[in-house]
Amino acid sequence: MSATTVDQTDDQGGKTQASKTMRGQLRRANRARRLWAAALVAPLFLMVVVFFALPILGLLTGAVHSPEYVQTFPRSAEVVSQTDSFDEPFYEALYQDLLSAYETRSTGVAGRRLNQDLSGFSSMLRSATRAAVRGEAPPEGGYRDWFATQDPNWIAAEYQDAIRRTVPIYTDIFLLKAMDLERGPDGGISFVPEGRDLFIDVFIRTIWISFQVTLICAVLGYPLAWALTRASTFWRGIMLLGVLFPFWTSLLVRTAAWMILLQREGPLNTMLLGSGIIDSPLTMVFNRFGTIVALTHILLPFLVLPLYSVMRSIPNDYMRAAKGLGARPVRAFLGVFVPQTMPGLSAGAVLVFIMSVGYYITPALLGGPNDQMISYFIAFYVNDTINWGLAAALALDLIVITMILYFIYQKVTGTTRIGLGA
Amino acid sequence: MSDPSLTRFERNSVRLTFAAAWLVILFLVLPIIVIMPLSFTGDTLLSYPINDWSLRWYRVLLEQPIWGHVLKNSLIIALASSALATVLGTLAAVGLTRPMCPARGTLTAFLLLPMIVPIIITGVASYFFYTKLGLTNSFAGMILAHTILSTPFVVITVSATLQGFDGNQRRAAYILGARPLYAFRTVVMPQILPGIVSGALFAFVISFDEVIVALFIAGGDQYTLPRQMFSGIRENLDPTIAAVATVMIVASLIILALAQYLASRTKRRFTR
Repeated sequence: MSATTVDQTDDQGGKTQASKTMRGQLRRANRARRLWAAALVAPLFLMVVVFFALPILGLLTGAVHSPEYVQTFPRSAEVVSQTDSFDEPFYEALYQDLLSAYETRSTGVAGRRLNQDLSGFSSMLRSATRAAVRGEAPPEGGYRDWFATQDPNWIAAEYQDAIRRTVPIYTDIFLLKAMDLERGPDGGISFVPEGRDLFIDVFIRTIWISFQVTLICAVLGYPLAWALTRASTFWRGIMLLGVLFPFWTSLLVRTAAWMILLQREGPLNTMLLGSGIIDSPLTMVFNRFGTIVALTHILLPFLVLPLYSVMRSIPNDYMRAAKGLGARPVRAFLGVFVPQTMPGLSAGAVLVFIMSVGYYITPALLGGPNDQMISYFIAFYVNDTINWGLAAALALDLIVITMILYFIYQKVTGTTRIGLGA
Repeated sequence: MSDPSLTRFERNSVRLTFAAAWLVILFLVLPIIVIMPLSFTGDTLLSYPINDWSLRWYRVLLEQPIWGHVLKNSLIIALASSALATVLGTLAAVGLTRPMCPARGTLTAFLLLPMIVPIIITGVASYFFYTKLGLTNSFAGMILAHTILSTPFVVITVSATLQGFDGNQRRAAYILGARPLYAFRTVVMPQILPGIVSGALFAFVISFDEVIVALFIAGGDQYTLPRQMFSGIRENLDPTIAAVATVMIVASLIILALAQYLASRTKRRFTR
């Protein structure tokens, strides 16, 4: 660590020598400090890289990487990529592939992948494998006919096209599908026909719900944040507790609370019925209403807290000056006060928007089938239909949206600091 | 015009705004309060009026071994992951606030990503990754995943406290001959301790409340309290859920009080 070794062979005069040494010492000291700082950050950095960044990159590559066919049926994949023809050599290779895939019990993986492209493949593969394993050897040179007798679809152009699409290791099929696009037989990209489209609706719905939630949060949060800055110390404390209490309460508890509250026989319906405002119970849960109310309730503190901290720092003098200069109250408020609160408002709003775009639990529990957002479909394709490529493509889209918003957030706040208020 | 005394219009606007603010507070607080009495019903329906008060559902809670089991799991996972997150996050925050820290902005933005990326993505990605490593259905996997999720909150709270810390004090300690570690332990640490503790509290709550990652990587043996609540809400919304919720609300009130106390202590320290 010590920088006392002075270069004695340099005979350029004492002054230069000394300043050179000092520069060197400073450089070394700074390098040591930089190393120290880096060493302190390193453990967390490495952990986030290995257990967060790598898994996510792995997930996202799943959107374009689909080696299932090649890994399971290497011989026939080879034939297709070499000759692009579905003749005798292909069916002979596929016959061999079926036998060896049966040995390694891997037929299902490729079957699932093919099925995602065109349904029917799984059962075709199963019965063909069974027949091949039983030793129903095809007549000399008649592999194509053998497959055709198992199932005529094996030689249908539609199914051959599906195999052709599934063979490449890298595919844009999932990315396209996540945007309701598909590749026609001629290779051109077009929208999927009406009735099979789904994801554009889901994206629009996600953005629309998030937008509504953000807007309601802003409308409810603005007067609250303002009142917080004007209340006496005692009442401010009480009001802040009112904001922080739900913030610290478990998400599941809050979701359960809304579910109980909004039920058909729940307290809210009982109250409305009892007071004669309504005649029959309202449906307020498992629909859009319940989703938006609960999301607003959960995310509102994230808007109020940064907004409040910005409003608190605005001196009262500006408003007084504006009024002193003759501005009417409304004009002074809109022209002087509101613009100064914009950094806080936009930071809070972007934060709420980011969080609601990716929300899963609350819509999953409180929404109906038509209120589910992207997150729900990611979970659905991972758990229920096991279409990991599509789940990855949707995750990629969601992450792109989130990163754009995060970038905007950083521009808006000017720092990487995210206000938590606590 | 000397005193800009408010006009009647302004007074009314202020009153109206305060009324609106209190309504919003009610909207925030009431739904949580309303379900608490429902847990003391002797009925099987979650509705008012409550005719028959009883502790029946709390007894159910104690008699069903599952709730004790998931509470224990939640505590183990939350304690371990918040301890890990506090150590890693504090070290990183100290490094990031050093004046010589390289690429600070980018590094900070990167380290905060686990808080920004939708948890569903983190959950699915962890599921695939942990499956390869054999970490699904294990406490180690849950602790690791929760540590990652909660470190950003520690980094934020501790760096915020460090920004109020006067670096000259550390320099003074160095000049007086203290080694870096000793200076940190005796000069820096005591002053940023409230920040570290509230970061740890945050990390604990994040883990204790986390359900999405648990949905993907926890096996039956690692079910946490929120995970069990998720199943409960989904399958059978009975007053047991209200009883669990009430217990958790009381717990969060205690944590909130603790956090407020720590925040006021930090403030006093730096304004002194």
